[in-house]
Amino acid sequence: MITTIFTAMTKRMEGTVMDDFLLRGLLAGVGLALVTGPLGCVIVWRRMAYFGDTLSHSALLGVALGFLTGIGTQTGIVLVCLTIALALTLLQEQRRLGSDTLLGIISHSTLSLGMIALAVLGSVRVDLLSYLFGDILAVGDADLYAIWGGGALVLALLGWIWRPLLALTVDEDLARVEGVPVRRVRLGFTLMIAIIIALAMKIVGILLVTALLIIPAAAARRFARAPEAMAVMAALIGVGAVVAGLGASLQVDIPTGPAIVAAAATLFLISQTVPARG
Amino acid sequence: MTAPPLLEARNISLTRDGRTILDTVSLSIGRGEIVTLIGPNGAGKTSLVKLCLGLVKPTDGTVTRAPGLKIGYMPQRLAVDVTLPMPVSRFLSLWSRARRADMQVVLAEVGAAHAIDRAIQTLSGGELQRVLLARALLRQPDLLVLDEPVQAVDVHGQIELFELIGSIRNRRGCGVLLVSHDLHLVMARTDTVICLNRHVCCHGKPEDVSRHPEYVALFGRHADALAIYHHSHDHSHADDGCVVPAGHEHTAHSEHQGCGHDHHHLHGHDQAHGGHRHG
Repeated sequence: MITTIFTAMTKRMEGTVMDDFLLRGLLAGVGLALVTGPLGCVIVWRRMAYFGDTLSHSALLGVALGFLTGIGTQTGIVLVCLTIALALTLLQEQRRLGSDTLLGIISHSTLSLGMIALAVLGSVRVDLLSYLFGDILAVGDADLYAIWGGGALVLALLGWIWRPLLALTVDEDLARVEGVPVRRVRLGFTLMIAIIIALAMKIVGILLVTALLIIPAAAARRFARAPEAMAVMAALIGVGAVVAGLGASLQVDIPTGPAIVAAAATLFLISQTVPARG
Repeated sequence: MTAPPLLEARNISLTRDGRTILDTVSLSIGRGEIVTLIGPNGAGKTSLVKLCLGLVKPTDGTVTRAPGLKIGYMPQRLAVDVTLPMPVSRFLSLWSRARRADMQVVLAEVGAAHAIDRAIQTLSGGELQRVLLARALLRQPDLLVLDEPVQAVDVHGQIELFELIGSIRNRRGCGVLLVSHDLHLVMARTDTVICLNRHVCCHGKPEDVSRHPEYVALFGRHADALAIYHHSHDHSHADDGCVVPAGHEHTAHSEHQGCGHDHHHLHGHDQAHGGHRHG
């Protein structure tokens, strides 16, 4: 009798624990998708998909830097992403290589260097797979606060520079002549991408961060006639992908990060059957 | 007495990676004046425009803009990604906010009123140019800078656009800096022509430039076509119609100064021209 009650209690407690980390994962994923949707739209409009990819690949180097210096992985990622973005801008101005070649070189060499650095650090136990593909169910309270706090910050910043950002997305020279502070706006935008990569790593991993930026935005295009409408749609589609992906990974035992991306891709395919709205 | 120019570039040079792109070039644009920049591809026309706009800093020389000068700029082309939903009305109000009623007025002025709710990516070349012009005009500019405004527009559309630019100048009295790679279409609407090939080959009234040996050397075949065109418009230009204001003589290359008008006189003269053409 007592044993039965005890077993039931344990089951109940396990259930709560289970619910807890599911809930945390869900909240983290939803919080992230609400920001990656609008931000991803701007990346798509500015044709910066590969740029975002390159920054996210360099994030592993940031993880190593975070371990090495003790500043924490997320700060490390933001710092490395900003440095790489700055270096890219300078190298692109040289015009010695095509932009795609340059991005390819930096993307893969920083990813490799990051892996080497983590291997050399050795003493630190690092779960490489979770960095590469995310581990949403391991999200802790601190991660949750970081995602919602950081996400709110990025959204606020995005709202603040939205108009100038759109103006320079349409034409940079025109924007500059009309008095848009182009350099500052661009820098702010890069900073936002760096922060989002740092926040998203835990959820979908650095190899899949770009997917969460690009795919919901691309899927939202069909439903929007104004930039803002597309940003909101992208956020909603991203949330849908997180819920569907998380649900699917519970039903069948599959990794959650890839499940979310696959769900987003499915939503994108469905969106393509809808006639365009202009 | 002379009204200060809206924009003046003095002896500017531009060097990039050891290559000379512009060599001691000077130009000035007054209120109500249309200055056309012509020259072959790679002559540095777009670089000169970017210098005037302040997008590029000269290696040497100075660019002076009148205090508070408002520039309406129309770029050569616009590459808006198809993924960006952007109706024309939104495009016109992207940075400098504009009311819909004002947009309608300006769009009607450039003959693109029908396009207000169209997506910008679906416009034809000519429609896009008109919308770009409308956006420049919405800023109530003192100076319009138009970089190859008739690219991707057929000949009929080109003539229409140039007439439009001429009438905008007459109505609004703004200065216009126009870039073109061929002179004979812009001829009738231009006060001053600057023929550029890294340096200023020659400058002055269109008729004079078209007879200048350096111009003929650069444009050969086109120069003939121009001569015919020029004769048909000869009557509308008085002998003293030189539009290079005194005191703004350019470089040793220039051979068409010697006109002693002050700017005031010049302005009236321009207006008379405009009337003549339309009458």
